[in-house]
Amino acid sequence: MNDETALLSDDLVQRTLGAALHTGGEFAEVFVEDKRSTSAMFDDGKVEELSSGRDRGAGIRVVVGETTGFAHTADLSETGLVAAAQAAAATAKGGGGGTRTIDLDRQSATRPNEVQVLPETIAKATKVELLGRADQAARDAGPAISQVMARYADSRRRFLVANSDGVLAGDDQVRTMFSVSCVASGDTGMQTGRETIGRTVGFELFDEYDVEELARTAANRALTKLAAVPAPSGEMPVVIGKGGGGVLFHEACGHGLEADLVGKNASVFADRVGEQVANRSVTIVDDGTMPTEWGAYAFDDEGRAGQRNTLIENGILTDYMWDLLRARRAGRASSGNGRRQGYQYLPMVRMTNTYLGNGTDDPDDIIASTERGVFVAQLGGGQVNTATGDFVFGMTEAYLIENGEITAPLREGNLIGNGPEVLTLIDALGNDFAMGSPGTCGKDGQGVPVGDGTPTLRVAKLTVGGTAA
Amino acid sequence: MSDELLALGDRLVAAGEAGEQVEVVLAQGTGTSVRAYRGEVEAFTSATSRALGVRVIVDSRQGFASAGSHDLDVAIDTLAEARDNASFAEVDPHVALADPDGRPGADIDPWSDAVARMTDAERIALAIGLEAKVLGGDARITGVRTASFGDGSSESAIVSSSGIRVAGRQSHAAMSVQAMAGSGDETSTGYAYDGGRDASAIDVDAIAAEAVERAVTMLGAAKPDSGKVAAVFEPRKTASLLGIVGGMLSGDRKLRGRTPFADRLDEVIASPLLTLIDDPTDSRSLSADSHDGEGLATRANTLIDRGRLATFLYDTVTARRAGTVSTSSAVRSARSTPGVGAQALIMHPGSGSLDDLVAGVDLGVFVYALQGLHSGVNAVSGDFSVGVEGRMIRQGQLAEPIREATIASTLPRLLLDISAVADDREWLTSGDAMCSMVIDGVSLGGS
Repeated sequence: MNDETALLSDDLVQRTLGAALHTGGEFAEVFVEDKRSTSAMFDDGKVEELSSGRDRGAGIRVVVGETTGFAHTADLSETGLVAAAQAAAATAKGGGGGTRTIDLDRQSATRPNEVQVLPETIAKATKVELLGRADQAARDAGPAISQVMARYADSRRRFLVANSDGVLAGDDQVRTMFSVSCVASGDTGMQTGRETIGRTVGFELFDEYDVEELARTAANRALTKLAAVPAPSGEMPVVIGKGGGGVLFHEACGHGLEADLVGKNASVFADRVGEQVANRSVTIVDDGTMPTEWGAYAFDDEGRAGQRNTLIENGILTDYMWDLLRARRAGRASSGNGRRQGYQYLPMVRMTNTYLGNGTDDPDDIIASTERGVFVAQLGGGQVNTATGDFVFGMTEAYLIENGEITAPLREGNLIGNGPEVLTLIDALGNDFAMGSPGTCGKDGQGVPVGDGTPTLRVAKLTVGGTAA
Repeated sequence: MSDELLALGDRLVAAGEAGEQVEVVLAQGTGTSVRAYRGEVEAFTSATSRALGVRVIVDSRQGFASAGSHDLDVAIDTLAEARDNASFAEVDPHVALADPDGRPGADIDPWSDAVARMTDAERIALAIGLEAKVLGGDARITGVRTASFGDGSSESAIVSSSGIRVAGRQSHAAMSVQAMAGSGDETSTGYAYDGGRDASAIDVDAIAAEAVERAVTMLGAAKPDSGKVAAVFEPRKTASLLGIVGGMLSGDRKLRGRTPFADRLDEVIASPLLTLIDDPTDSRSLSADSHDGEGLATRANTLIDRGRLATFLYDTVTARRAGTVSTSSAVRSARSTPGVGAQALIMHPGSGSLDDLVAGVDLGVFVYALQGLHSGVNAVSGDFSVGVEGRMIRQGQLAEPIREATIASTLPRLLLDISAVADDREWLTSGDAMCSMVIDGVSLGGS
């Protein structure tokens, strides 16, 4: 599977870098990508659509001082590449110039996991068959299930990246995912339930996961919510179930630990390395090497091997996440967090798989010791303003906690909190760690696949955005 | 240039086999963006993009494939891939391409030659100038996270075996800035943006002033008490809300029972103060277009008429399924099959100014920013709960700033609870035209 070199010959890479450096750039990079994707959608009782996509092109950047020039092209001929290199170099002009030849040094890294069955080797009919099974299983979950949407998607993204430091690296990233969304209809209106699996594996995903089980989980989520009551409004203790809470930390502190935002003082965590920022039981890690997890890779999109980086250890802020540019300016190495949505985009600091490790509490005790509050079994998306630390996240499956017991299901809504505050308000941490659903993290208009995970945990107070008093 | 797109479309449609319906969508564009930081260019991007989408229908089965290239060999491969995909879809008698309906498209050319005449030095000067204006706007401004300028132009064409053959072009320019203000350990932010067909449509001073004012005003913001309040939305915030409502009025959602308004046609679903039209034929809208995503001439569709649900929106397939005709509401990119959606939502103005609205509120929240619209709003169940930053309104006066709070209701409730609409209709960069409004009785979640 290591045929990414076929994307561009070493000679052409060198000539393109040469053109990019011709106006005196201090650093130049060429990133060539070939991405193919397939998806199939089952809706309203039938296979509605099979869709395929293909993208192939190169992005070239040139850096001088604080300025980056960037251009991209879908034309991978020498003419197309040189034109893009010249466009990138036009803005980023340095003092020197002339001709430089870069000796390329191929990097090696251990893959987080080997892909067993490339999705492109599986017949489309086999992919479609999974959808019908999921649809039937969801409908069998109860007569109130009125709509089922099932989606299968796979992608294979090969890239090659080379830069004027001599780095030459490539990766071949395969992802396969499956999701089911259900609508349940009852006297109180309609409710939705959703479940998704996704891994950096091929079609062997379905040896590990049963799509019918997945469909039943989605259906039961919608059915349960038919009895949902309005969520409360205001501050209260919030218990987050295992696997469900990763997005909380992704928003509450993950983004604030990205070196590009820290460098602009647009993070509440700027200048706080070495400080106690959370309860001593809290250790938060960003790990691009976790086998098969949605945010895993051998190399980041700047040719740096994926790494396991501890961000907060026993409550103490240990480090930020870095991409190549920010790391160069700080005189250190990248932490392997330089990512881009595709060749049309500049890389920046991004998370991979971000998780909060196990504590020692029994999850049942955490619920039992909560007098009144909210239990969130599944979180939806979130959003953060890193400069203020305020963040929101949605609860897509949640219940009231009354007298230490989980009671009525709640209607959907957002919760809001402040990142640094929430870190100090974690007052219980379970011993039942699990990774959550695959996610797409959006930042400055670019989406990249990420994973997250947590054990069951409690935040002493968060503001719940419901309508009940 | 459009001729080249049409020619490639013709060629692919001609490559269709007997019994096949083929639709080709082509788009290409160029763009430039500048990000300024500390008086320098932080990043300068020159972009060119191409996209191709091919839909094949054979024996009532539909397949789709797309690519980021217009190379002929790639295009032929994409056609073959779409054909192959069609063979795995199930038979659906409603699947069809749009048939030309003989209506001419509105005379719209959303284009300015000024984009092509602008130099990179001018673009850079605008971005750096915006940052400088914000930094110099108030002593409490501590920095700018991003100040950016971007512009570009694009062309597109749709050609099909059913006789659709249309092309269009558009230009655009936009600027945005996020200001940071500080006092002690506290940081607050203010975001502002503007856009138009070219840079001359952008009021740089106004963006700078708004970002500064918002950031500085938010200093000292605290979490409010929970309770029932009125919420005042400016035109841009109204657009966020009514944009979601527009999506809920898609005929596709109605047919599949995925909107709480599914069975409410001709019934009152909103305050009589609300009239909402989807009109991409209005050239004042930045998303004005003579044709929809299937190449049918666009038209004005009244969605909500003085509170009454007047129509749902349909594309060709959805209309066939519902036994009606398309409202020319197909929205898509070249990389996807058509979906149904609003294209240019235009609200009828009410009376009075934004100040008048505020003066009429006894206890309320003036909304500066909404957070989590994607995570706390469910268009199927109607649940609505979003994070909010802004200022309290007390006895008709703007009062203390608030943050880390939520406002919640349900979407059907919000529409009925509109208690005032101002006469300040603004043509927004989103392509919508919206007014300020007041919604009564929302739940404010704080401490």
